[in-house]
Amino acid sequence: MNLFKLTWKNILARPLSTLLSLILIMLGVGLITFVLYMKQDFENQMYKNIKGIDMVVGAKGSPLQLILSAVFHIDAPTGNIKLKEAEKLRKNRFVKYAIPLSYGDSYNGYRIVGTDTAYSQLYNARLQAGSFRKSGFDVNLGATVAKNLNLQIGDKFSGSHGLVEGGEAHDENQYKVAGIFEPSNTVLDQLILTDLQSVWEVHGHAADEAHEDEAHEDEDEERKHEEHKNQEHKDGGHTNGGGDGLNHVSPDLEITAMLIKFRSPMGVVQLPRWVNAETNMQAAVPSYELQRLVSLMGVGIDTINSVAVVIMIVAGISVFISLFNSLKERQPELALMRSYGASRNQLAITILLEGLLISFLGYVMGLLLSKLGLTVAAHFFPQGLTLQRQALSFTTPELYLLVIVLTIGATASLIPVLQAIRLNISQTLSKL
Amino acid sequence: MVRTTGLEYEYNASTQFRFPDIDLADFENLIILGESGIGKTTFLHLLAGLLTAKSGKILINNKDITRLNTRELDHFRGNNIGFVFQRAYFVKSLTLIENLLLLQYLAGIKSDRKKIATVLDNLGIKDKGHKKAYRLSQGEQQRASIALAIINDPKVILADEPTSSLDDKNCHNVASLLKSQAKQTGANLVVITHDQRLKSQFKNHLQL
Repeated sequence: MNLFKLTWKNILARPLSTLLSLILIMLGVGLITFVLYMKQDFENQMYKNIKGIDMVVGAKGSPLQLILSAVFHIDAPTGNIKLKEAEKLRKNRFVKYAIPLSYGDSYNGYRIVGTDTAYSQLYNARLQAGSFRKSGFDVNLGATVAKNLNLQIGDKFSGSHGLVEGGEAHDENQYKVAGIFEPSNTVLDQLILTDLQSVWEVHGHAADEAHEDEAHEDEDEERKHEEHKNQEHKDGGHTNGGGDGLNHVSPDLEITAMLIKFRSPMGVVQLPRWVNAETNMQAAVPSYELQRLVSLMGVGIDTINSVAVVIMIVAGISVFISLFNSLKERQPELALMRSYGASRNQLAITILLEGLLISFLGYVMGLLLSKLGLTVAAHFFPQGLTLQRQALSFTTPELYLLVIVLTIGATASLIPVLQAIRLNISQTLSKL
Repeated sequence: MVRTTGLEYEYNASTQFRFPDIDLADFENLIILGESGIGKTTFLHLLAGLLTAKSGKILINNKDITRLNTRELDHFRGNNIGFVFQRAYFVKSLTLIENLLLLQYLAGIKSDRKKIATVLDNLGIKDKGHKKAYRLSQGEQQRASIALAIINDPKVILADEPTSSLDDKNCHNVASLLKSQAKQTGANLVVITHDQRLKSQFKNHLQL
């Protein structure tokens, strides 16, 4: 027998009030850490994905939507832009590189994105199997796509129209899996990458010259007379492989968006303004839009945190009431312990330990709860964003929280501890 | 041995007690009789070091406990004094055996389950050890509190009205158990009571 065991038995002896205290602390800690983890993961994930992208150019519309669709692939595109016009930006002296993106189709819910090889380099993608795509209808799969759809090298599939499952299938043009990327914990994991050319071809009733030029460089693509699929999406009148003459008439190729990296910080000062004022396109700066998004979320986070703080205070009061009541009842046994050699300090330690132990257990349960919550929440998160928290982390915020929780436990025990120290043994024992 | 000289205690200016000297050699028992409010319990608590005397000396095994400080007194009590109260007290969350283990821990003695088993056996409550102490019947509780009193081989056993809530049969049992256990442990037994049934059981009487 020792004081710790005694404390433990005392806690178990009042299961209901202990449970109440535990639940309250658990909820408080759970809420705070859950929100914290969500925010951290969300921001990490977000900022990881915009690395290397200083500006996104797309059709006019909401800048946030442009970022969410072109960078994170969790929103619908704002529309299409002329490839020719977008390519002009590439030659701007502020621009280091520019990556064209063309998307609008999906396979089993995963987006098929037509782009050039620079896109996968942006995320330092390495292959875990197969090779980088060579011919027009080769695709490279993100790790998650390959895993969840159970696709192997050499497998063939046809994309379907639209970004959600159940769209019209483009059966006549089959994609072939050339390679599978290693997991990168970026949006790339969720994408199917192919050539720009093949996306145009699937939708654009490929003209003969397009076929011939399949392997050509990006510059050549400008010359191709082919209607881009996203134009059709907007029109809603897309018919696959049909003889809709209007598509052929369109003089310029179109893309959905272009990702741009600047050579110098001067670019971000000048180019977005210029694009928005002087062209039919829209320029959005990811870091700025994300900041806006995060500050919008901040209001919600603050509200949840205030609720959590109130719960924690109530938890502290609950621990106090539980200890205080039990102490009133336990006065004779404390006097008994004193008369059999227990010192004042020993009594104080048992009671303090009770407050601390309940707080600590509640804290651990709270961490487990938020971990559980994250696992559940991950299932409801939009594809393209993954929550990356494999194990319970124990970093500075958790440590601060532990100190706060233990302080609450210790504060709640303070008055009961003083009562125990001041206990008049003789008086307590002669009371009958 | 227990010896007191010139013991005085003062609750306040109007409530003061002056106690007669006692002198018990080893193995000697004493019964102190008197009506309620006459200071019997005060005397017992002075002997146990639970109260501090205004003046006088208390020698237990040649040690003057009036000179000990609080922590020394706690330690002294844990090792030298056993208590039996009118109502049995236990740590409620613990079983009888755990209560006894706790007292060994508090006195700084190594856990000795064998000894606990022997003591419970001697008191006829061997099979009650794993029950929550406060759930025992009243007769069993009084035996259990004797187990608490003797587990650390005290030099003195102080009993405060140990029998007043018991019927005649239990009263007799508890009294003889107390005497035999005190003898076995080699402790002085000091009983204070207004229970006249006990008078005949003890040789040394002190009327307050």
